Amino acid sequence: MTGIWTAAQSDENLGRKAYINVRLLDPATGLDVVCDATGGMLTDGEEIVEFGAGIFKSGMPDSAEIIDCGSHCLSPGLVDIRVQVREPGYEHKGTIESAGRSATAGGVTTMVCLPNTNPVIADMSQVEFVARRARKIGLAKIYPYAALTEELAGEKLTEIGILAEAGAVAFTDGDKAIANAQVLRRALSYARTFDLLIVQHPEEPSLVSPGGMNSGETATRLGLPGIPREAEIIMVERDLRLVEMTGGKLHFGHISTGEAVNVIRQAKARGLNVTCDTAPPYFALNDQSVGDYRTFAKLSPPLRSEDDRLAIVEGLKDGTIDAIASDHAPQDADSKRLPFTQAESGGVGLETLLAVSLELYHNKAMSLLEVLAKITYVPAELLQLPAGKIAKGAAADLMLFDPERGWQVKDTDLTSKAKNTPFDLRPVQGVVLRTIIDGRTVYRLEDE
Amino acid sequence: MAKSPKKSPYSHRHLLGIEGLSVQEISYLLEKSDEYVGQNRLSDKKVETLHGRTVINLFFEDSTRTRTSFELAGKRLSADVINMSVGSSSVNKGETLIDTASTLNAMHPDVLVVRAGLSGAVKLLAEKVNCAVINAGDGSHEHPTQALLDALTIQRRRGKLQGLKIAICGDILHSRVARSNIYLLVTMGAQVRLVAPMTLLPSGAENLGVEVFHDMKEGLKDCDIVMMLRLQNERMQGNYFPSIREYFHFFGLDYEKLSVAKPDALIMHPGPANRGVEIDSEVADDYSRSVIREQVEMGVAVRMACLDILSNNLQQELQEGAE
Repeated sequence: MTGIWTAAQSDENLGRKAYINVRLLDPATGLDVVCDATGGMLTDGEEIVEFGAGIFKSGMPDSAEIIDCGSHCLSPGLVDIRVQVREPGYEHKGTIESAGRSATAGGVTTMVCLPNTNPVIADMSQVEFVARRARKIGLAKIYPYAALTEELAGEKLTEIGILAEAGAVAFTDGDKAIANAQVLRRALSYARTFDLLIVQHPEEPSLVSPGGMNSGETATRLGLPGIPREAEIIMVERDLRLVEMTGGKLHFGHISTGEAVNVIRQAKARGLNVTCDTAPPYFALNDQSVGDYRTFAKLSPPLRSEDDRLAIVEGLKDGTIDAIASDHAPQDADSKRLPFTQAESGGVGLETLLAVSLELYHNKAMSLLEVLAKITYVPAELLQLPAGKIAKGAAADLMLFDPERGWQVKDTDLTSKAKNTPFDLRPVQGVVLRTIIDGRTVYRLEDE
Repeated sequence: MAKSPKKSPYSHRHLLGIEGLSVQEISYLLEKSDEYVGQNRLSDKKVETLHGRTVINLFFEDSTRTRTSFELAGKRLSADVINMSVGSSSVNKGETLIDTASTLNAMHPDVLVVRAGLSGAVKLLAEKVNCAVINAGDGSHEHPTQALLDALTIQRRRGKLQGLKIAICGDILHSRVARSNIYLLVTMGAQVRLVAPMTLLPSGAENLGVEVFHDMKEGLKDCDIVMMLRLQNERMQGNYFPSIREYFHFFGLDYEKLSVAKPDALIMHPGPANRGVEIDSEVADDYSRSVIREQVEMGVAVRMACLDILSNNLQQELQEGAE
């Protein structure tokens, strides 16, 4: 599939647009309504003005551009809260522009990027750089996380109060865990002063063998070092105690084990201020995907057992896992074309976020709106982003998609500069036809 | 045996802390202190009250203002005052502290004024001596004469303590000044607020009869008194806050944050102030608002009153023992 991108121009006159013949889906309100040519959505400039069946009954508004949606689904654009853009510092792996193209091809209108760039996002100018670059490129909206500790070293807190004022939405050391309990304790406590959220990569580093995969039969058979599930479970359990102790707010990124889901479920029942997300590989793949040393299946945390995968699906169903994030981690070919132990971890995910998430719907684990909730308004609310909802006056950030249409993931077909998808050759269903940001179509599938 | 008719309303041998003192006891200490303020403004500041008595200032921790204040107080009362500074490195063990105490005790001092780096060390020492002991600050526990001088300053300016809205801001966690002030002001009926980042608030602070805030503008709203605390970097290990810049940005007292307090709100600081850290120089030096110098003046009077009262109590105890 090939698409057409049209980056935003600052001086263009958007006017009014009427989307007709469309099934409107808004998970935040439970809206699911099929509109014929007399209904749909009206946008004016960058905002949603009106939506619903029959809104155009008394005729089309003057001078509105009419977009026939061919009875496809129009929903809020996706909100992806875990993306590595690699710029600045690692432009050979990915750039803000490349991430913007991938995002919009995947229906993502808002993404939140990790601070593990070079330099690390740890001062006001870095926070502003990301926002400014994203605006200039005119594709998906980008909000930055800022580093929680200086140089992501896990020791000294960054100026999180000042960084939050500059626009950092939450604080994390990216793909590194805050290993020192006292540092995380103080961070949670200090962040509570300003009601700020900390995002943890839950993995006890001393239990992680470098270059490994999930401990278990496959690792044993391949002779690879094992990363035990307990590395995640121990860190989650410890951190939950620290949340309880400090009254702070913590979000766990990419939960991958069933036992972590269990302890988070119990913590939520106790009323702790804790949330979590997972990524598509952890509910769609297991450690057998490593197969014959496939480095594209080398992720951090590693792909787990089938039991864990099923438990992640359960966690998504019962709401223990609040959100799904793509965990987009582009790697250049050279850093994956290595012996498994030496290869870098991570997979690209922006372009497969929708289709792989929709497997939960096609497999009848969740309803279409329930799946969309995990990738729209719920993650937006976690980070207090103005996104992920269809509402009058809200930004017209939308995705037009066909949830049924099938396609096959091929690494070479990806828009992304990096091609390292763990879903290579997987048949999936769900195609993004059009991505609309601030009222203008920035991406359109070519045959649409 | 007839009881002494001159039994003072403050009948303790020591002054180790404010916690547990009654309204009457505190009022009496303040009343006596107030009497000494006038005397300190005369050209002849000396009286014979403690003639022949020995006061030892035993400081296990560096101090300039408190030690000088106690020394002056003792001298103006005609006591013989000795200053002993013991380097903190030589007193790391309780054993050594008690050794020092019993050595000094053998010299028959009347009052020992003790500052120690460790909480509870002054009380331990007081248990081992026959004289009166004044706590001149122990670790993060109490600094009773500081609270008394703060209260005296407020009372002379506002005529009362009861009902005043008083914000204590900054490094509460490490502050003995904050603890003594909280006990005193809450006992005397003031409405005390603590304003600090979460990391600089001791756990359970909200159980001390105070209101807790994490935002200066919320905490300072309509306050009569803004009491700033010194950021005690020397007691901090690790991440209590990220940087001085950020601390000042959110918790440093400047005119902007002060604007929500009452227009005539007084600014206090126990000194020494870290300018540009917890307080803007402009504010610290605004003598229409800042009573920092007055606090120092009240300090001498308060310490004279305490030395006077405790020496007197000790004398009575000895007399009663002899009778």
